[in-house]
Amino acid sequence: MNIAQAIIEALESVNANKMRSGLTILGIVIGVAAVIAMLAVGNGAQNTITGSISGLGSNLLFVFRGGNNENVRNPKPLTRGDADAIADPFQAPSVELVAPYISSNLSVSFDGEKTTSSINGVTPEYLQVRNYSLLEGEFISEENILGRGSVAVIGVEVADKLFGHRDGLIGETLRIEGQPFRVIGILTPRGGGAFGSEDNVVIIPFSTAQSRLIRRSGDRVDFILVQAVSADLVNQASDEIAQILRARHRTELGADDFQIFSQQDFVATAQSITSVLTIFLGGIAAISLLVGGIGIMNIMLVSVTERTREIGLRKAIGARKRDILIQFLTESSLLSMFGGIIGIGLGWTIAFIVGLIAAANNTELVPVVGLDAILLATIFSTAVGLFFGIYPANRAANLQPVEALRHE
Amino acid sequence: MNDWVIETRNLKKIYKMGEVEVRALDGVDLQIERGSIVSIMGPSGSGKSTLMNLLGCLDRPTEGDYILDGVQVSQMNDDQLAAARNHLVGFVFQSFNLLARQTALSNVELPLRYGGITKNRKQKAIEALTAVGLGDRITHRPTELSGGQQQRVAIARALINDPAIIMADEPTGNLDSKSGKEIMDLILSLNQTRKTTIIIVTHDPNVAQISQRIIRLSDGKIVGEEVPA
Repeated sequence: MNIAQAIIEALESVNANKMRSGLTILGIVIGVAAVIAMLAVGNGAQNTITGSISGLGSNLLFVFRGGNNENVRNPKPLTRGDADAIADPFQAPSVELVAPYISSNLSVSFDGEKTTSSINGVTPEYLQVRNYSLLEGEFISEENILGRGSVAVIGVEVADKLFGHRDGLIGETLRIEGQPFRVIGILTPRGGGAFGSEDNVVIIPFSTAQSRLIRRSGDRVDFILVQAVSADLVNQASDEIAQILRARHRTELGADDFQIFSQQDFVATAQSITSVLTIFLGGIAAISLLVGGIGIMNIMLVSVTERTREIGLRKAIGARKRDILIQFLTESSLLSMFGGIIGIGLGWTIAFIVGLIAAANNTELVPVVGLDAILLATIFSTAVGLFFGIYPANRAANLQPVEALRHE
Repeated sequence: MNDWVIETRNLKKIYKMGEVEVRALDGVDLQIERGSIVSIMGPSGSGKSTLMNLLGCLDRPTEGDYILDGVQVSQMNDDQLAAARNHLVGFVFQSFNLLARQTALSNVELPLRYGGITKNRKQKAIEALTAVGLGDRITHRPTELSGGQQQRVAIARALINDPAIIMADEPTGNLDSKSGKEIMDLILSLNQTRKTTIIIVTHDPNVAQISQRIIRLSDGKIVGEEVPA
């Protein structure tokens, strides 16, 4: 008896008990659908997070205060001076642009409307480093910095909340913590990002922020954004920055009081978090697949009992143990493979619906059903059928022909 | 020198039911000549079915020798027994035992499939069905056939591998007398044209009439042998 015939007979048998076969594979269908949907949503979330990190700009390095081991005591703050030193093309040839940054959540108001936004104090380089563009108007200029100008570039969310519209706002005056600022530009909307909404921001000159709104002792900055000349030079830029800061902060060997992260570091961290989540969710879904497998075993046992006489007859006309074993294993594997295929379709649909719901809620999440997930689900579900078919099939194969033929 | 297709020596089958030993067969010496029809008769519990199971290679004897078509069967393992059943024995059961979901043709083909024969399988099956007079019913399923026709399919299935013996266990037990008669006529003619040895287990004296020898069993022993009138 070859495999092709075994498959044909298994199909006949599955077909003869449509209702029962359908109910049996339901467990597998749900299990596989859950696994597929979970993996798809997990992959989609990962892509969204990775995308929003990449969307921060290109070839970026983030310099933060504070060490990463316990040797560091009293870490020195990062200052404008540090930023200027990093911007020196002779000390750091791999650095393209440097943007010091301070930020605080403050209240912003206009004509009685009031909201809370992230107020960012930045220099003109910030526009290019963050890859921002403007709907209209212009960005913070060098003159604004020097003159500590009371000017602001606002995100569309702030515009919507305070003014109710997005255009013709240049020249309007809004108040940040009661102080008047003239709107000089509107940022192109970017949507929600990994670090909160990118549109609920008010950008003002660094010097203005430092002197009037976000008081930091000395010349401190929250962090420094650095853009490397090219993707290949990101690591080199990181080394150069580290050298400069070590010298300026007079740190001991191996006790850097600052940390430099590249976008790749953030992406890797975010990916490891989402991977754990995906595996966790997929694992829970896999349990339902296991339960489905037990369902198959159950039905196969019933089927073996029901068909004892048939098994006896097959043995009487020359079927070996192996033939009977193959027959029942084929049947259980086929059952669960069908379940797997239907489950992939269902899981795909669920993932698609999750994507639609996310889109309806303004969250960018495109579930991704990968080929790997499909292959995995097919192979895994078939393997589940095979595994849970072993016991019933063995029972069938080991029936004594005399006993089986006598069975009513 | 006789041409024995079946030869048993001191064949015993002992079942242990806890402490009690049940001697279902207790030393059977039997020779059956190739090409003959032999009936085995006896009251229930006489060991008929046990003897049939042993002769049909469905079971192994506890003791003794069984030589079928020149092959020592009594020491075979399960797979060898399966192969022996496939090649040397054809079964005809009281309740037909056809696969309900499959056509007459694929029911008849089944022993060839288990025998690993792929060449001319369909043609051989059609020939066998034609030989039992069902050449026009090959695509019918058992539920679409009468009892007599179903038994003919079963006989075609038993014939297909050209076995050394055909074991018929109450072949007419589930049939009305007219179909039963037709089946017995068919068996007789197959015996005459194909020279297939046929062993019939029955307690119907009319069925036993067509055989050359009637062997009577009682309490696991052969108690007599007669030639029907």
